[in-house]
Amino acid sequence: MNIVVCMKQTFDTEAKIALDANGKINKQGVSLIMNPYCEFAVEEALRIKEKHGGEVTVVSVGGPEAQDALRQALAMGADKAVLVDPGMEEVDEFTTATILAKAISGLQYDIVLGGFRAIDDGSAQVAGRVAEILGLPVVNVVTKLEIADGKATATKEIEGGSQVLEVALPAVFTAQKGLNEPRYPSMKGIMQAKKKPMEKKTLADLGLDAGQVAPKVKALSYFLPSARAAGKIIPGEPADAARDLVKALREEAKVI
Amino acid sequence: MAKGIWVFVEQRDGKIKKVTYELLSAGRKIADSLGEELCAVLPGKGVAGLAPGLGEYGADKVFVLESDALEKYTTDGYANALAGLAKEKEPSAILMGCTVTGRDLAAQVAQKLGTGLMTDCTDMALEDGQLVFTRPIYAGKAFVKASCPEARPVMATIRPNVLSIEGTQAGRPAEVVAVDTATGDIRQAIKDIVLQISTRPELTEADIIVSGGRGMKGPENFKILEDLADVLGAAVGASRAAVDAGWKPHSFQVGQTGKTVSPVVYIACGISGAIQHLAGMSSSKCIVAVNKDPEANIFKVADYGIVGDLFEVVPIMTEEFKKLLAG
Repeated sequence: MNIVVCMKQTFDTEAKIALDANGKINKQGVSLIMNPYCEFAVEEALRIKEKHGGEVTVVSVGGPEAQDALRQALAMGADKAVLVDPGMEEVDEFTTATILAKAISGLQYDIVLGGFRAIDDGSAQVAGRVAEILGLPVVNVVTKLEIADGKATATKEIEGGSQVLEVALPAVFTAQKGLNEPRYPSMKGIMQAKKKPMEKKTLADLGLDAGQVAPKVKALSYFLPSARAAGKIIPGEPADAARDLVKALREEAKVI
Repeated sequence: MAKGIWVFVEQRDGKIKKVTYELLSAGRKIADSLGEELCAVLPGKGVAGLAPGLGEYGADKVFVLESDALEKYTTDGYANALAGLAKEKEPSAILMGCTVTGRDLAAQVAQKLGTGLMTDCTDMALEDGQLVFTRPIYAGKAFVKASCPEARPVMATIRPNVLSIEGTQAGRPAEVVAVDTATGDIRQAIKDIVLQISTRPELTEADIIVSGGRGMKGPENFKILEDLADVLGAAVGASRAAVDAGWKPHSFQVGQTGKTVSPVVYIACGISGAIQHLAGMSSSKCIVAVNKDPEANIFKVADYGIVGDLFEVVPIMTEEFKKLLAG
């Protein structure tokens, strides 16, 4: 059972966001992590490998700094990593998906995993696009995955409940929180990761040119939300405060 | 040649999601400005009866895609049906709600059509004749305005509850067009659907949310939030701390690694206000916080706060709202 995991390096969840002199997101000094949803995907890949054998390859699109996230996946237990640096200023989900799909098409795979979304752009569409390009079925927001007899039984979150789907492999699955509890890399794993293969590729190495992956979506401007002003603290004993609050919501805020 | 603004009609078991009406209402204004048709696209089984009513919300035309294979949502079935119709009619834009279904469907359709997709948008507007979408990034810590300058159709998913429903006209007719539907090979076979029976609204669509955090002290205490929620017709949410403690399932979680919500009123009970929670709810119109700790972060964003013991305050709020709403 060969598994490919698409991963992304993102800002830390605790990161404060600021704009730089050009009005873009300031990336200076921000600590970077593996996207938490990708951690679930890596963990699931390792569990499938432990049960069914095979090899886990982690693939990412990004600059040289993204090696850290890939190394973390190798330290967790993945076997090899592929990093494609598109060397482009602006990319969108079409760009990333096209590159990932091309990189994956050169690998052996039965299962492709990814996080259902990244916590930075939150767009939740790259894995679905990859599935479409590779001609594979996709099941998103998966909270349980079982593999047997060339088929997968996946439980996905739907509004107000869950759904159990069966798909034939190969297929693409995206991980939701709850799928598993990701392991921490062991010291041994961290040492071993340094010796595991990390292939670095350019668009040309994949036989792609910039025109084929040119973004469809253009970012026009960035802005920060206006800070919410702190409102009022309603004083008094619980009974009085609760009564005044209810009154304020009806008469002042006019929201109830 | 542009041929219409499309809105995907999301329904389950014959009940249309509110975000569909929000999209039609906002889409109506865009269509008028561009001089284009507003078309509703309604896939399903036995759904034709829902079509005429969509005129009231602004649809000029409703494409009805009836098929046994579309009774339940599947990624392949719906994506094939929708992309097939879009290839034939070449709309200038396709809008969907950013729901579990809309998000799943939009990515597949966008890739099948080779176009761009902006997801989870909180606003859309015409600027110089071009559709421009505003979307939160870093879970609302920043926003980006974006467009899809060349590829067509322009595609976007819009967050529920951010667009208002205005200018509905009772009895306004819509032309209903039945479409031959090709769902193709559906590779996701549905084995089971488990729905939690709840009389409460969906978290992402609720006008009012009552949410609990670490201060709830245990799962059994959510009962007092549920009592308040039921008086207000509200949904119940939870912070990551409460979910990680196992008090509520992850589907209740509001925040950067849970759901992002924009209700009219968000009542945070025993929630400290970690940055990752604030990211998920700070676009709420009115925030109410009840917390014992006067230094809690949540008070920095709350419109109204009560410093006090939620176990005392919340039941009194419930009684007060009950009186108010009865009178």
